[in-house]
Amino acid sequence: MSEVALDLRGISKRFGSVDALDDVSFSARRGSIHALLGENGAGKTTLMRIAFGMLQRDSGSIAVNGIAMDPRSPADAIAAGVGMVHQQFSLVPQMTVAENVALGGRGRFRPDIVARRIADVGRRTGLTIDPLRRVMDLGSAERQKLEIIRILAHDADILILDEPTAVLTSQDTSELFTQLRAFAAGGGCIVLITHKLHDALAHADEVTVLRRGRHVLNAVMSDVDRNSLTSAMLGSAPPVTSRTPGATPIRREVVATFNGATSGKHDQEPFSFELLAGEVLGVAALDSGAATVLRMLAQRIRPAAGSISVPSHIGFVPENRADEALVPTFSLTENFALKAAGSRKGVVDWPAMRAGATSVIQDFDVIAAGADVPASSLSGGNQQRFVLGRELHDDPPLLVLENPTQGLDVNAAASVHARVRDAAARGTAIVFYSSDLDELVEISDRVMVISSSGAKFSPPERESIGRLLLEAGA
Amino acid sequence: MSMLEPFLEGTVRTATPLAFAALGETVAERSGVINIGLEGAIIAGAFGGFMAAGTGSVWLGFLGAGLAGTAISALFGLFAIRIRADQIITGTAISLLALGITATLYRQIYGSEGAALSIPTMGVTEVPVLSSIPIVGRALFAQPPVAYLLYALVPAVWWWMYRTNAGLGLRAIGEDPRAAIAAGIPAARFQYLAVLFGGFLGGIAGGVLVIAQAGSFAEGMSAGRGFIAIAIVVLGRWHPLGAAVAALVFGAASALQYLFQAMGWALPYQAFLALPYVLTLLGLAGIAGRSAAPANLGRWQDQH
Amino acid sequence: MKPVPELILVADMLVRATPLILAGLAVALAFRGGVFNIGAEGQLLAGAAASTAVTLALSNLPGPLVVLAAAMAGAAAGALWAAIAAELKRRFHVLEIISTIMLNFVAIHLVSYLVRGPLQEPTRIYPQTETFALAARLPVVLPGTRLHLGFVAAVLIALTLAWVMRNTAWGFRVKAIGSSPRTAWSAGAIDVERSSFMVFVLSGALAGLAGSIEVSGVTFALYENLSPGHGYTAIAVALIAALNPAAVIASGIFFGALETGATAMQREFAIPSSLASVAEAALILAVLSVAAYRGRSLPGLPRKAAT
Repeated sequence: MSEVALDLRGISKRFGSVDALDDVSFSARRGSIHALLGENGAGKTTLMRIAFGMLQRDSGSIAVNGIAMDPRSPADAIAAGVGMVHQQFSLVPQMTVAENVALGGRGRFRPDIVARRIADVGRRTGLTIDPLRRVMDLGSAERQKLEIIRILAHDADILILDEPTAVLTSQDTSELFTQLRAFAAGGGCIVLITHKLHDALAHADEVTVLRRGRHVLNAVMSDVDRNSLTSAMLGSAPPVTSRTPGATPIRREVVATFNGATSGKHDQEPFSFELLAGEVLGVAALDSGAATVLRMLAQRIRPAAGSISVPSHIGFVPENRADEALVPTFSLTENFALKAAGSRKGVVDWPAMRAGATSVIQDFDVIAAGADVPASSLSGGNQQRFVLGRELHDDPPLLVLENPTQGLDVNAAASVHARVRDAAARGTAIVFYSSDLDELVEISDRVMVISSSGAKFSPPERESIGRLLLEAGA
Repeated sequence: MSMLEPFLEGTVRTATPLAFAALGETVAERSGVINIGLEGAIIAGAFGGFMAAGTGSVWLGFLGAGLAGTAISALFGLFAIRIRADQIITGTAISLLALGITATLYRQIYGSEGAALSIPTMGVTEVPVLSSIPIVGRALFAQPPVAYLLYALVPAVWWWMYRTNAGLGLRAIGEDPRAAIAAGIPAARFQYLAVLFGGFLGGIAGGVLVIAQAGSFAEGMSAGRGFIAIAIVVLGRWHPLGAAVAALVFGAASALQYLFQAMGWALPYQAFLALPYVLTLLGLAGIAGRSAAPANLGRWQDQH
Repeated sequence: MKPVPELILVADMLVRATPLILAGLAVALAFRGGVFNIGAEGQLLAGAAASTAVTLALSNLPGPLVVLAAAMAGAAAGALWAAIAAELKRRFHVLEIISTIMLNFVAIHLVSYLVRGPLQEPTRIYPQTETFALAARLPVVLPGTRLHLGFVAAVLIALTLAWVMRNTAWGFRVKAIGSSPRTAWSAGAIDVERSSFMVFVLSGALAGLAGSIEVSGVTFALYENLSPGHGYTAIAVALIAALNPAAVIASGIFFGALETGATAMQREFAIPSSLASVAEAALILAVLSVAAYRGRSLPGLPRKAAT
């Protein structure tokens, strides 16, 4: 039981100017569950997508079951017996379970034969599902199960799961691991990508930890404990740049109130909070629950129940820059004019818009060849500074940010943080959603953790936020 | 019964070319490609069929019709699939192109007045026994043989689409190309083949007009049937059997005039001509909300 | 003094260009706003029919008043014809590509009915309406030619629309929803559904006006086959102009010249005039290739989203 199933050596990968992976090695054995642990953005998914042929490495080598290979596409990897379940499901929702399992095959499609193969997988692993149901009618636990069944039906013996428990209840999770254990016991190899310490501790045989694209730890589970894994994931505590409470004079006036507002769709329990001038409210959440709350605050989604009182002027930085914040083909001047375009009347004062865009470019250190270049010509960090500058241009009393430093390098992220702090110092109330705990600790005055049971508040301390998130996930 | 028979025969007659075109377009659209150039495939098929049938063989005529429709659709595919130009505009241009080319060639070859040349036409072949079924017998089984081809083709396309892995792959591309590609399906190649198949059947539809019905070619004789076929695909809810039924319903709406005449009801004949389009619009509004349109129809998501 | 033949020819080209410019503006506006209005042909016919009805009904009023009323009726009818498709899209999510094409056919049969029914000329022989009184026609601006005031109006409307698109908040909203409906909603808080309905209806009004000016300035009567496919040529006109209203003037004149030339070539050299539509189609395809080369699915619209 010590045969190496998946072996990656010296893998490096750059995206633009960002080092996603730097000389990472990883090896997982047959018959075991191997946790690939790390925080969001540590490079776990990138590494496994390279093994699965979805991404191409810049350097390094890959071997499957002892045979060196060079997967150029998922088809190569599948042929070698590697299967991957992605965080976003890769099922065709309009089709049935059997059709999804058969997808990619040749010859006749015989629903009865596919159903028999699904039943076979069920006998081997205990994973069962009705082959005639449509995927869109399945819950997320069943979809997760179907993804795994589909891979096993294609005779994979290496199974990569990307954050499989993110969408599962605790009961579904324990059922999943029972089944994964059975698969491993039969000689299969499972790679479990996760950022949840608990999953690794409770279910894995071995663990590899990545931090910021680097390989930091490789161990048998019996040799590590919660503390050693935590410090491996987080590294030495980041230098304390965070503000001591009270360092910024917070004016105690209420800028906005959120009163049990819900959108009427897959909501959490209603909850309420107030936003004070000059405070930075960090928001943490495990799933997409935070997005609805933020967009209701930003007046982009109308609440179905409850109420929200916000100032008329709100800055909003949506998560997806290229899709939601900027029109890539528009010039910076035009993108500046987008703000409040829905309520503007009469003639657009283009000279004023150009002046506004120019002042954003200057004040927010946006590197651009003037206000007339298209937004697509800017780097990600400059785009984000431009969006932030646009939204802060008229000193809104409230600014809502969704993961504003996602995909930015360290310097660009630091400059976004500095701008946000400046705005807070001038009295803007800031709602700052981030999927990065360190960032929340660094930037927030207090942190709101949103889960299906509502919202809980924490001081900007890692331990306490982490505990609330763990409770939320349980 | 004498009142119903002209109505039913008119229904099947109108429905036959539309069913061919709609069946092919159903396959194309299930792969996520909407080919507005179908009108062009039909007129190209009509002209190609006219030329080829001039050799004396009606079946060669249909082959020529199918190939002409395929050729014009290959051009559509080159733009809409290969370089991912906008499908709607490409299709509109292809229709315009085919209408222009066929008119130009026709005038060049046969003179600008286009002497009404007649070609060998496909006569009616009665199916023994079946054609003597009361009421519907003659309408369904006293037809030019090409119509009987359709009776086999509709279930065959259904079988291919729902009972082969290739058909499964085709439908997956139309719904979610990313998932399909992740499963190893060559999406662009499938789409191209689907468009070529749609073009071939569109060409056959044109051939039916010329060889089995009119007996000669006329400029613009497709008369919007390509667009109607696209609406029929929607009304048939992107299903091969649905397309056949919807084509019959459309044919029936068009043939209502025979029934009304027989009843002695007077309505302006333009009302009958417009009725199928109005019914199509009402039908489209009626099935909305429960629409079965392929999720990726008409657009293309670039890969990561 | 009689104008030289060349002047007459140029005037003919501009006359032919007039409906192409107006319908081209209709298509350019719609496409720019993300609305695939393929129904300019039907909207043009609806406009022509309404204008004719109003002109004939108001024949007792002073000429300029009649022409103005006819133009307004034409624009309103085009808008209404487009509103059917716009409402079907808004309420039932019916693809406007299909609904507008269906409405084109309905409009053709409607015109056919009108000119053989309620609007047929008094002798009831010809399938057309009575010819407009001289006073109810658009005045000729270049004596000795057919060039009428409608051309001047089309140019002015194109320039106005270009100004509106460039300078007004409304024009900017249209560009935003056409370029990225998600960003328009998310960053600009624009009511995308409402804005695109407005674009659709206004596009129909422009096409309706094209039909109105065609009957008041050229045909002076309504009959079948009034439009040799102006509404479809308009798509080429708009695309060649990269959906820019001011450039639509030039591309409209270009296509007007092309079609006039094709008619003349057929007359003089027996070269089939249908070559013009081949040339139009080839031009559209050429424009699509260039656009695709720059990573766009349509000229004037943004790059294909790389999601």
